[in-house]
Amino acid sequence: MKRVAFVSGWLLLLAAGFTLATILGPRAEQWGERRAGGVLQALLGDGRRIFANHFFVQADVYFHSGYYPSVFDRSSAPADTRHLTAAEDHDHVHGHGTTEADDHDHGRGAEEEHEKAMAFLGRPRDWIERFGRHFMITEHTHLQQGKEREMLPWLKLSAELDPQRIETYTVAAYWLRSRLGKVREAEAFLRDGLRHNPTSYELLFELGRLYKENYQDTARALKLWEAALRRWREQESGKQEPNTTVLEQIVIHLARGEESLGHWGPAIEYLELARNVSPNPAVLQAQIEELKRRLEGK
Amino acid sequence: MSSVLALSGVVVKELYRRKDFYVLFVLTALITLLMGSVNFFNDPKIVRYLKDICLLLIWVSSLVIAIGTTARQIPAERENRTIFPLLAKPVTRAQVIAGKFLGCWAACGLALLMFYGFFAVISATREAHFPWMQYLQAVGLHWAVLGVVVALTLLGSVLFTAPSSNATICFIVVTGLLLLGRHLNQVALQQSEPLRSLVYGIYFAVPHLEWFDLRDFVIYGHSAVPWIDWLLAWLYAGVYTVALLFAAWLIFRRKPLNQ
Repeated sequence: MKRVAFVSGWLLLLAAGFTLATILGPRAEQWGERRAGGVLQALLGDGRRIFANHFFVQADVYFHSGYYPSVFDRSSAPADTRHLTAAEDHDHVHGHGTTEADDHDHGRGAEEEHEKAMAFLGRPRDWIERFGRHFMITEHTHLQQGKEREMLPWLKLSAELDPQRIETYTVAAYWLRSRLGKVREAEAFLRDGLRHNPTSYELLFELGRLYKENYQDTARALKLWEAALRRWREQESGKQEPNTTVLEQIVIHLARGEESLGHWGPAIEYLELARNVSPNPAVLQAQIEELKRRLEGK
Repeated sequence: MSSVLALSGVVVKELYRRKDFYVLFVLTALITLLMGSVNFFNDPKIVRYLKDICLLLIWVSSLVIAIGTTARQIPAERENRTIFPLLAKPVTRAQVIAGKFLGCWAACGLALLMFYGFFAVISATREAHFPWMQYLQAVGLHWAVLGVVVALTLLGSVLFTAPSSNATICFIVVTGLLLLGRHLNQVALQQSEPLRSLVYGIYFAVPHLEWFDLRDFVIYGHSAVPWIDWLLAWLYAGVYTVALLFAAWLIFRRKPLNQ
């Protein structure tokens, strides 16, 4: 009797093991296929995006050296991440072909806007708040002189958790190549982003900038920007409100690249495209006229 | 005074006999070293994330030690019936409260020294400078706030029967005060009467533990807090500690011990 119970127990265990294997096997295979995001992705599922966003915000907190609005001051939180690549915006303004004085005004305007947005503390409401401010950071500063590196771990973690978040790659690559002299690492990070987002025109554009500004390889940069323009047309041209800001940057850079190689014709075409979406078309028209004169004189 | 010191000495000895502190210290060290070994873009100079993680672990560990050690003091004495021979000696109930508080607070101070020592070593291996003033202020205020936490837990241990429920409630209250204390006035202003006055009343009544958290100053390398404000914060913590201990004594002096 004992023998029968022992054997049937074993058989039951075997059956349970087999059933579990049929359930867990396919799932384990799926985990293997989802290796792109690593173990965290498999464990957290879509919840990883929340953590990724938290880590991206944490990078912004580091950028402001701890001076950052809490969840209770959320209305004062920076609405976008342009301030994270402040100098980039400045370059972009240059790209419009405006004068130095205009650039300065533009840059100062954006800076003032950011300062205003970050003045979330206001006057203390009572003595507790007034005294408590001695124990919290109340000064609005940005990281500089190589300290920008401190943001990178959070950006890397954010990208690990949400590889589809494009701005994580562009912000990290910007600091790596422009302030920290880590061009190879920036390129590798952007290529990693492209592996996860092969159709991203922002990443192609940023990679093009890296080739132009850091490797001085205009030919390759032009190819990347052309690819970015193709991707932009595929994804945005059908939309009611297409992202014209990035389009303007892409075509302006294409025009400058072609101009530097002496290809006036294509440069004029790209500038005409930029003129249609630019908030400053008169300046671009003047540049088109100038290039046309050069082309006629050739 | 000597009986208070003798009582506190026993509590300190208990800390280094128990495994809690060692487990928490090893965990903190292990996680910090593990995070420190991660390579971010081949840049060995990145340090702030490591300081951030290490200080967070130190805060969590110190709260676990403070609340865990304090919550079991009086209930354990009652459960083991050692409270009777203790009070049969010429030791008053006020001295028991004072001795237990002093012991737990001193034990927390010793634990903090170990934790911050480790933190300073880790920071020094990555940073060229050693901001000892900020470290000193951070440890000092951290210890001051643990005094309030220990006093609060001691009050809880004479109010609640089980140490586990006391510890859980204390954890929730302390975490709530640390995270929300600063914003209660903002929350109050968004409410309508009479809720506004109630929340504002709570805001003024509760101890503002968030003042004692100088982690951001250490992590981001900001200049030290003015010493006069630092001393005033100590005074503020002292007032709350004494008030909580007094409340604990008021309840404990009339509490029957044989139930």
